[in-house]
Amino acid sequence: MSSSVLISGATIADGTSSDILVVDGLIAKVGKVSDKTDRVIDATGLLALPGLIDLHTHLREPGFEQSETVLTGSQAAAKGGFTTVFPMANTSPVADNASVVELEQSRGIEAGYVQVQPIGAVTAGLLGTHLADLRGMADSRARVRVFSDDGKCVHDPLVMRRALEYVLAFDGVIAQHAQEPRLTEQAQMNEGEIASRLGLAGWPAIAEETIIARDVLIAESVGAALHVCHLSTAGSVDIVRWAKARGIRVTAEVTPHHLLLTEDLAVSYDARYKVNPPLRRQEDVLAVRAGLADGTIDIVATDHAPHPSEDKECEWDVAAFGMVGLESALSIVQQTMVESGQLSWADVVRVMSSMPARIGRLPWSGLAAGAPASITLVDPTARSVFSVDHLAGKSQNSPYFGRELPGRVVHTMFNGYLTVENGQLVDAETVASAARLRVAAGLVRGLNEERHDG
Amino acid sequence: MIPHLISTRDLSREQAIALLDISADMAESGARENKKLPALRGKTIVNLFYEDSTRTRISFEVAEKRLSADVINFSAKGSSVAKGESFKDTIVTLREMGVDGVVIRHPSSGAPHLLAERDWIDVPVINAGDGTHEHPTQALLDAYTLRAKRWGDSARSKGLDGLRVVIVGDILHSRVARSNIWLLHTLGATVTVVAPPTLLPPGLSEWPVSVSYDLDAVLAQPCDAVMMLRVQSERMRAAYFPNAHEYSAGWGLTLERFHRLSPDVMILHPGPMNRGFEISSAAADATQSLVLDQVANGVFVRMAVLYSVLTGTEVMS
Ligand SMILES: [Zn+2]
Repeated sequence: MSSSVLISGATIADGTSSDILVVDGLIAKVGKVSDKTDRVIDATGLLALPGLIDLHTHLREPGFEQSETVLTGSQAAAKGGFTTVFPMANTSPVADNASVVELEQSRGIEAGYVQVQPIGAVTAGLLGTHLADLRGMADSRARVRVFSDDGKCVHDPLVMRRALEYVLAFDGVIAQHAQEPRLTEQAQMNEGEIASRLGLAGWPAIAEETIIARDVLIAESVGAALHVCHLSTAGSVDIVRWAKARGIRVTAEVTPHHLLLTEDLAVSYDARYKVNPPLRRQEDVLAVRAGLADGTIDIVATDHAPHPSEDKECEWDVAAFGMVGLESALSIVQQTMVESGQLSWADVVRVMSSMPARIGRLPWSGLAAGAPASITLVDPTARSVFSVDHLAGKSQNSPYFGRELPGRVVHTMFNGYLTVENGQLVDAETVASAARLRVAAGLVRGLNEERHDG
Repeated sequence: MIPHLISTRDLSREQAIALLDISADMAESGARENKKLPALRGKTIVNLFYEDSTRTRISFEVAEKRLSADVINFSAKGSSVAKGESFKDTIVTLREMGVDGVVIRHPSSGAPHLLAERDWIDVPVINAGDGTHEHPTQALLDAYTLRAKRWGDSARSKGLDGLRVVIVGDILHSRVARSNIWLLHTLGATVTVVAPPTLLPPGLSEWPVSVSYDLDAVLAQPCDAVMMLRVQSERMRAAYFPNAHEYSAGWGLTLERFHRLSPDVMILHPGPMNRGFEISSAAADATQSLVLDQVANGVFVRMAVLYSVLTGTEVMS
C-alpha cells in the first residue's frame, strides 16, 4: 500500500520555491512536481525546513511522569517543529544502562511523534564516581552515542578524563553540564548586583567557565569529543572560541532562553525564571548570540525541563530549576537571531537540524531525495502572543507567556506523516497507527541490532 | 499610602519620614498610662513565622495588641521544604479564614513579595525579615533611634541628612544591612560598609555606599554612628574567614576600638549580639550604645507600620 503527499510551493531555506514529493515516508523528489498524489499540502508562503532536532530534552519518563512522559514530551516537540529529540539521562531509574535507554526509545517509537534518541548517563546513577555501562548503551538497540550526566556536572577530573577516553572506542561524545559544584552551593541566580539586592545566592560565571576550560584541555590531551551543554556566559564563548581555534574537538550549545532572557527577570521572584544555568546579563546574551552567529556555538538546544506547577508556584529557593522550551524554541531563534540579521534561515537549519544530527551521530540529509520525510513547515510572518495554548506537553513552566513572538509551526511531518496539522497536534491514535505502518515497512531505526557507525 | 511593606527600597523619603513621625506619635501614646489604642480594633492579624525569631515576633505582637488588633501566631518553622503544606496552600487557607493583614518572617528571600504580588491573598503584607533580602522594620527602627537621639524633641519631620553611618560585618548575608543601606540613603545619611572582602555582596559598587576593608581607617574618620552586624559562626565553616579570633581582630568592635571611639558616636546592633565576637561587652553596654533603645523603639515603629498599612492611612499627610 503506497501513499504519496505533495507539499506544493514551499519556500526552501535558501529562499527558492519548490515542491516536495513524499512517497511512503521518504522524500521522492524536490523541485517541480507534476505527479498526482493522494494528498496535497499547500505550502505557499511557508518555509520548509528539515525536521528540527533537539540535542537536549528532558522527557522525565521513567520516574517523573507527573511532569512529562515520552508521549507528552514528543507531542511538545512536534508542536515546536521537532522530529527528533535526545532525552537526557536524569530519569528514575537513571538511563545508565541498556534497558532504560531501550525502554525510552521504544516508548518513543510507540508514540510516533518524533524520533527519541536517548542520551546515556556518563556515570552510574549520575553519582559522578563510576562510569555507567557506556559500551552496553552504545551497543544496545538505542545505539547511544551521546553521554551526559546533565543536571549534574561530571566534576571529578579523573572521571571526566576516563569518560572522554572510553567513548573514543565507539565514536561517542561526552555532553558536559558545566557547573563546578563547590562554586554553586545553594546558588539561585546569576551572581551580581541583582542577586545581591534580591538576597538570592549568586551563581558565578566562573562556575561554568572553569569547568569548560578544564574540559577542553582534557579533551585536547586525549583527542576526544566534548560537547558543552547550555553555554551561558560571555567567558564561556571565549573559551570555546579559543579551543576551536586550537583544533580541539569541542562543540557547544546555547538554549533559546539564554539567547533572549536576562537575570533581571528574577526581581519578580517568579520561579518560572529560575533555570540552570541561570539567566545571565545582557552582555552575556549578546555574546552567546555572537557566538552562535560566528559558529563558535554550534547548535541551539532547548533544555526543555518540565516541572509541575507546585514546583514553580512557590518560594524561589524552594522551586525547581528549568523551563519548558520545545514549543517556543523556533520562535525565539527567529526573534533573536533571524530578525536581528545574525542568522539566515539556512543557518537556522544548520543550528537546529544538521549540526545537532552530526553531534548526535545521526545520519542527516535534509530535504534531499531519499531522505526520511521529516519536514517542518513554518509561517515566518505569523506573530502571536505566547500563551498556554501554544504548549502541548504536560507542564506549563514557560517563561514566555504574554510575549509576542514571531513564527508559527503550521505542519510538522515525521517520516512522511503529519504530527502537527494547521498548528494543531494530530491525535495520538492517528499518529501511533501511522508510526506502526512505518515500523512494519522497516523505516524506523532502532528496532534491529544493526550497528550504525555514521 | 503604602499597601505593603516589603522593602525599604520602595519607600520615598516622604513616606519614610511620615512613618517615623507616626512612630513618634506611637511613642508618645506609649508613655501614657493606658497604652492601648483602638486603631485596629476588629482587625485580625496573623504573625506568620516560618523562622524562629522570638524577639521580632514578640515586638510585633506587642505592637499589634497595643493597637487592639486580634492576633494569631502561626509558627510554621521548616517551611514547605519539609514535607507538608505548600507556602501557597497555607496562604490561601489564611485568605479563606478572613485575616486582615499578614506579618511574615520567612527564610526564603522574596516570600513576602510573592504574598503581596500574587492573587493568593489580598491583604496588606508586612515583611518581618525574608532570607538575606530585607528586614524593613528593623531599618525603620534603626532610623527612628538615630533620628530621636540626634535631633531629640525637634526630630519630627526630619530625615537623617548629613549623618555618617558605618555598617560593619556580614553585609553579604544581612537583610538588616540591605534594608538599612536603602533607607539611610533615602533619608540623606552617608553610609560606609566595612567587612572582609568575602562578606561583601558582588555588585556593591552600584549601591549608594562607600566600601572599606579597614575598620580602623574608617573609624579614624569622623562618624556619627556605628552599626555592628551579627556574624554567624557557620560563615567561618564556609571559609568566609579563617577563625573567630581573626575576624574579631579585624572587624569586631573590640575593647581597644571602642576606647578609641568618640563618646558621642552612637553604637547600634540589631541583636542578638555575639558578645566578644563582633562586639565587646564594653561597647554593647556603654552609655553611647543604643541597643536597648532599638528594642523599645521597635514596638513604636511596628505600631506605625501596622497602623499605616492596615488602615490605609496616607503616610504622606
Ligand atoms: Zn543541564
